[in-house]
Amino acid sequence: MRKRSWNSIHRTAANFAALFFVALAAALVLAPLLAIFGYLIYRGAGALSWSFFTHLPQPVGELGGGMANTIVGSAMILGIASLMGVPVGIGAGIYLSEFARGKARELTRFAADVLNGVPSIIIGLTAYALAVLPEHHFSAFSGGIALAIMMIPIIARTAEEALGLVPSSIREGAKALGILDWKSTLCIVLPAARSGIIAGVMLAFARVAGETAPLLFTAFGNQFWNLNPNQPTAALPLQIFVYAISPYDDWHRQAWAGALVLIALIVVTLFVVRLAAARNPMRGSA
Amino acid sequence: MTRTRFHQELQHLRERLMTMGGMAELAVELAIRAYTQRDASYCELVLDGESAINSAERQIDELALDLLAMQQPMAVDLRLILAISKCTADLERIGDQAVNIAQRVEDLLGSPPVDLPVDLLRMATLARNMLRRGLNAFARADSNEAEAVLVLDDELDEMNRDAFKAIERAVASRPALAKVALDVLIIARNLERIGDHATNIAEDVIFWVRGADVRHHAIT
Amino acid sequence: MAAGIDVKDLNAWFGSRQALRGINMTFPPNQATAIIGPSGCGKSTFVRCINRMHETASGATVQGRIRVGDVDVYGPEISAVEIRRRAGMVFQKPNPFPTLSIYDNVAAGLKLNGVRNRRMLDEVVERSLKGAALWDEVKDDLRKRSGSSLSGGQQQRLCIARAIAVEPEVLLMDEPASALDPISTAKIEDLIFELKRTYTVIIVTHNMQQAARVAESTAFFLMGELVEFSKTEQLFTNPRNKQTEDYITGRFG
Repeated sequence: MRKRSWNSIHRTAANFAALFFVALAAALVLAPLLAIFGYLIYRGAGALSWSFFTHLPQPVGELGGGMANTIVGSAMILGIASLMGVPVGIGAGIYLSEFARGKARELTRFAADVLNGVPSIIIGLTAYALAVLPEHHFSAFSGGIALAIMMIPIIARTAEEALGLVPSSIREGAKALGILDWKSTLCIVLPAARSGIIAGVMLAFARVAGETAPLLFTAFGNQFWNLNPNQPTAALPLQIFVYAISPYDDWHRQAWAGALVLIALIVVTLFVVRLAAARNPMRGSA
Repeated sequence: MTRTRFHQELQHLRERLMTMGGMAELAVELAIRAYTQRDASYCELVLDGESAINSAERQIDELALDLLAMQQPMAVDLRLILAISKCTADLERIGDQAVNIAQRVEDLLGSPPVDLPVDLLRMATLARNMLRRGLNAFARADSNEAEAVLVLDDELDEMNRDAFKAIERAVASRPALAKVALDVLIIARNLERIGDHATNIAEDVIFWVRGADVRHHAIT
Repeated sequence: MAAGIDVKDLNAWFGSRQALRGINMTFPPNQATAIIGPSGCGKSTFVRCINRMHETASGATVQGRIRVGDVDVYGPEISAVEIRRRAGMVFQKPNPFPTLSIYDNVAAGLKLNGVRNRRMLDEVVERSLKGAALWDEVKDDLRKRSGSSLSGGQQQRLCIARAIAVEPEVLLMDEPASALDPISTAKIEDLIFELKRTYTVIIVTHNMQQAARVAESTAFFLMGELVEFSKTEQLFTNPRNKQTEDYITGRFG
C-alpha cells in the first residue's frame, strides 16, 4: 500500500517538474521579447509624435525632425524584396519537394543551406557588385535584391517542408484522375501547404525587415523623399544605425523611436498576414 | 494454421455427430435383437434411449448454427456444417424408426411366434450395415465408401417390395395372420426407411467431401 | 460505356523483385470482379498496372499486354494520363483534396483538365454525386464545405463521385471499404451494385464476405500468381484449387 502511494506521488511530482521546466523554457523565450519591447517603449515612446511620422529628418539642432521618408522607404525596399524573393523561394521549394530527385535535390538543398549562412554584409556586397556598380548609383532596387537573396533560402526550405507534409495520397489521387503533375502541384498540393508556406514567408520577411548590413551599400539611405526605386532610398534600420552612432541626444531619441516603430511594423505586418490567411475556410491541414 | 479455435470447434462438432450416430446405431441394434431374441427388455432400452437422441439433435443443430453465424465458414467447412445439420435430422428419424420397430416387436411378443416367408433378419442386417458404413464414411470422410452405401439401397428397397408381396399372399391364404403380418410389414417398412436415411447420410458425405450434389440418383 | 479488360502474360517488378508472374485474365464488362489474397500477393500491384500507376513507383517495370476496351494500355496510341481517365481508381484511405470544396473535388478531373463550361460542370457534379449516393447529403453545401469536412464514409463516396465524374470505362477499387464502419461499408457495397450497370468494376478486398456479396467472379492471387479465377459462388463453396481452399477456410494466410 505504501509503495503504491509513493509511486503515484513520484509520478505526479515528476510530471509537475517536467511541466514546470517546459513552461520555464517558454517564459525564457518570451522574456527577451517582452523586455525588448518594454525597453523600447520606455526609451522611444517619448520621441514619438505626429511630426515623427510625417516630417523629414532635419539637421541637428533643428526640432521637428521625423522619419516619414524612412518608413516609406523601408516599405518600398521590402516590397521589392518580397516581389522577387517570395515567388522564387516558393518555386524553389516546389522544385525541391515535388520534382527534384537524387543528386540534384541534395545539391540544391545544400546550396540553399549555405546561402542561408552567408553573412548579410557579403550578400550586400554581392548586390552592390550586381546592381550598384553597373548602374553607377545606389538604389532601392539593389537593396531589394540583397534582401530577396536572403529571403529565398528561408522560404524555399520552409516551403519544401510544408509541401512535404501534404500526404502523398493526395498526389496519388490527382494522378489517378489523369491530372497533369504541374496542375495538381499548383492547384491541389500547393494550397494544401498554404499555412506552412505563409509561415515561411512571414519568417523570411521578419528576418530581412531588420537587416542593416545589406542595405549599407545598396539602398544607402536618403535624407529626402524618394519614391523612385532606382534612386538611393532611406530605410529604418539604416537610419537607426546612423542616428545611434551619432553624438546627438535628439538623434538618439529618434533612433529609439525608430526601433520601436520598426518592431511594431513587423508585428503588425505578420498579424495582418495571419488574419488574411485564417479567413479562408478551405485552408488545408497543418 | 490460423483459425485454430474454429477448426477445433468444427472437429468437436464432428465428434458430437459421431456420438449421435453411435446412439442411433445402438438403437437399431437393440431393436433387432429384441426381435431375434424375443426379449422385451431390449424394447425398453430402445424406448429409454430415444430422448437422448432427440436432445443430441437439438444440441448439435444449435452448435452448427452458432458456427455458421459466428465464423463465416467457407467451402469445405461450410459444406461440412450443412452436411452435419442434415445428418442430425436423419439420425433422429432413425432413432424414431428404431422406436417404432421396438413397439411393433413388443406387440409381436404378445402373440405366439408365427413363421412368415419374410426374412426380416436379412433386411435388418442390411439396414444396419448401411448405417454403419454410412457413419464410417462420415468418420473417415470417405466418399467411395459412401457411394457403396448408395448402391445397397436398391437392394433393400427390393427386399421391402418382396416382403410386401409375401405378406399379401400369406394374409390372403390365412386371414388370421393379419395382425402379426401387419406388425411384420411395419417393421420391414421401418427397416427400409432406416436404409433411406443411411443413404441420405451417405449422400451428405459425398456433398461434403466432393462438393457434388448426388441426391435423387444424380451421380457425378 | 463499360469496357471489358483483357490481361495477357502480365509480369511486373519492383526493381529486381518480381511482384506479378504471368497473369492471364479477362474481365467481362458491366460486372464486378473481386480479387482476394493474402498481404503481399500482388493484388494491389495488379490493379495499379491497369491504370499505369504502378510505374510511378521508382524502379517499377511491367511486361505484357493489357487491353481496356479496344485500347492497349501500354501501347503507343494512348498516354498514361489518358488511360487514367479511362480507368478510375478509388483508394483504400479516402483522399479528397483538402482545400477544394465538395463541388471542386468532384469537378477536379474535368476542371483541371480544361473544362470551363459552368453549366456542364454543374450537371456532371450533380450526376456524379447522385451516382455515388451522396447528393442528398451534400447538395446544400456543395461550395461551402471542404472535401475533408465530411465523415469517412462520405469522403469515400466523394472519391467515388470524383472518379466517375470523368466518365471512365473501368473502376478500380483498392479495398475501398476497409477503413470504414459497417454501415458505410454496406452503403458502398450497395453502390457497387449500381455502379456495375455503367462501369466494369474490379475490387481488391481482404474481406472475403465482401467479395462474396458484391462480385460475380472472384480471383485468388498468391505470391504474384493467379491461382484460381471462377464464379464467386463456385470459389467460395467448392474451389478447384487446394491453395484457394486453404486460404478461404483460414488454414493459412
